[in-house]
Amino acid sequence: MAKVLMKGNEAIALAAIKGGVDAFYGYPITPQNEVPEYLSKHLLANGKVFLQAESEVSAINMVYGAAGAGKRVMTSSSSPGIALKQEGISYITAAELPCLIVSVMRGGPGLGSIQPSQGDYYQATRGGGNGDYHLIVFAPESIQETIDTIKESFDIADYYRNPVMVLVDGLIGQMMESVDFDRPKKERFVPEKDWATNGTKNHPGRRNIANSLYLDPAELEQHNIKLHQKYEVIKKNETKFELINFDNPEYVIVAYGTMARICRSAIEMLKNEGIEVGMIRPITLFPYPEKAFEQIPENVKGILTCELSMGQMLDDVLIANNGKHKVGFFGRAGGMLPDPEEIVGAIKNFNERVVK
Amino acid sequence: MWEVKYEKSQGLTDSKLSYCPGCAHGIIHKLVAESLVELGILDRSIAIASVGCSVFSYQFFNCDAQQAPHGRACALATGVKRVLPDNIVFTYQGDGDLASIGIAETIHAANRGENITVIFINNAIYGMTGGQMAPTSLIGQKTTTSQDGRTQKNHGNPIKISEMFATIEGVAYLERVAAYDPKHVLNAKKAIKKAFQYQMENRGFTMVEVVSTCPVNWGMKPVDAMKWSKEAMEPVYPLGVFKDKGRE
Repeated sequence: MAKVLMKGNEAIALAAIKGGVDAFYGYPITPQNEVPEYLSKHLLANGKVFLQAESEVSAINMVYGAAGAGKRVMTSSSSPGIALKQEGISYITAAELPCLIVSVMRGGPGLGSIQPSQGDYYQATRGGGNGDYHLIVFAPESIQETIDTIKESFDIADYYRNPVMVLVDGLIGQMMESVDFDRPKKERFVPEKDWATNGTKNHPGRRNIANSLYLDPAELEQHNIKLHQKYEVIKKNETKFELINFDNPEYVIVAYGTMARICRSAIEMLKNEGIEVGMIRPITLFPYPEKAFEQIPENVKGILTCELSMGQMLDDVLIANNGKHKVGFFGRAGGMLPDPEEIVGAIKNFNERVVK
Repeated sequence: MWEVKYEKSQGLTDSKLSYCPGCAHGIIHKLVAESLVELGILDRSIAIASVGCSVFSYQFFNCDAQQAPHGRACALATGVKRVLPDNIVFTYQGDGDLASIGIAETIHAANRGENITVIFINNAIYGMTGGQMAPTSLIGQKTTTSQDGRTQKNHGNPIKISEMFATIEGVAYLERVAAYDPKHVLNAKKAIKKAFQYQMENRGFTMVEVVSTCPVNWGMKPVDAMKWSKEAMEPVYPLGVFKDKGRE
């Protein structure tokens, strides 16, 4: 397939089909509606499952059911909708079921706005569901990278028996870019789902159960330790980031997703003025690429965290930096997008931006 | 010569039941298990356990199972059934789970005519959490959260699930049964088996509401509890077939 011009949300839907999605369960919310709209047409036509649920709460629990049955299943939503899914996400993670959750962020808190935002970094990486759990969170910066990530996401989810979240914002969802759906994806080992609850006739002599209840505290602790060990493996294997203009930077920007795109322009503008600024672009938000910070040269004047929020990833930057360099913050919130010039200004006046 | 006249259903595991003496959960589990075995569908059945006393039912039904978040059993069942339409999927839910926190999931599953079976246990109280008021608690019923008795003014009237669901087009079969004497237990078995039969025939959403008991949280002896379910509950929750598309 040659390159095609496609809207982000529709590309998410088609990439999921290319990734082998068997079922989609969701509920309408702006700015991700083109995902279910596209899938409603193309999944049903191909004998797959599409169902618009009565709520986000119900949709994520349908995902639980179908994932437990051993199928490749996904949902997509946006900020307040992801909030409603948090209960189910905690259960799915506890029951170690694989699925794909696409989160197209909008401005918050509350009903907020429908404009692009990165105010749900905490929601994605810290979760609102109960208990010790993690999602594998990818934060692509372009539609192409979103497609490549989604195509691979079911393999990753199946391998670790853990939900994968692809976290984008309304800008990536709504804009159009020229994209290629046939780029090769990483070959991964995908284990057989011998744990699926699909009837004992498919696995005689053994009952399969999807469950998150462990009333015995010692047993529950063991379950938590097992999950924790899995997250440690995920940290080791799946951490992903990009270093940009890292030859001899005066400053280093840390930004992901749409904000990273804007920062790329700012870095070019600064270069033209003779100021070299590098960038760490986390591609996975969990696991967070702390290792990337080890590559920051000793003599940089500071690290500027740029987000479309009031400062959430900033916490992880401070942890990764561990007091080594000065850390500053630049953010816009509520659906407001900065011009690259604003970031240029923030670098030039870095000292006014210092947080710690 | 020995002859086996009765034995535990193959549809139940050997796990020790967690239910209190005199509670009808054990009886109803047996009826569900026997139905699955007699219809030859046990090895393709998936049970969805809910939250409440029956949270452990995934340990008791001798088939694959999923344990649902509180109220979400019908959403899980929908998720499973849509991707495995040839399997038999049923939920086993109490009144707090189904009629309160899970009412939306249940109504919409019914309205879509999901080809699943719901076993709804109505004992007019929250058992697992220690006897709080349920949406199905009777007017005047004393619970730990309605200590002077439920009032219509403060809590509204007990919600009548079967009457409400009878209005929903997607429901293929709906009957309210009881478990307080052998005759009614036998009838409950017939209803449960029929509901699964309808699912096998892809007729749509089927539900059997069982008027049940909770001697511990009602503060009654088992025999008195059975009596109360007949004398106090049945007038509010009359038994009978509310919908049967097979008869229409």
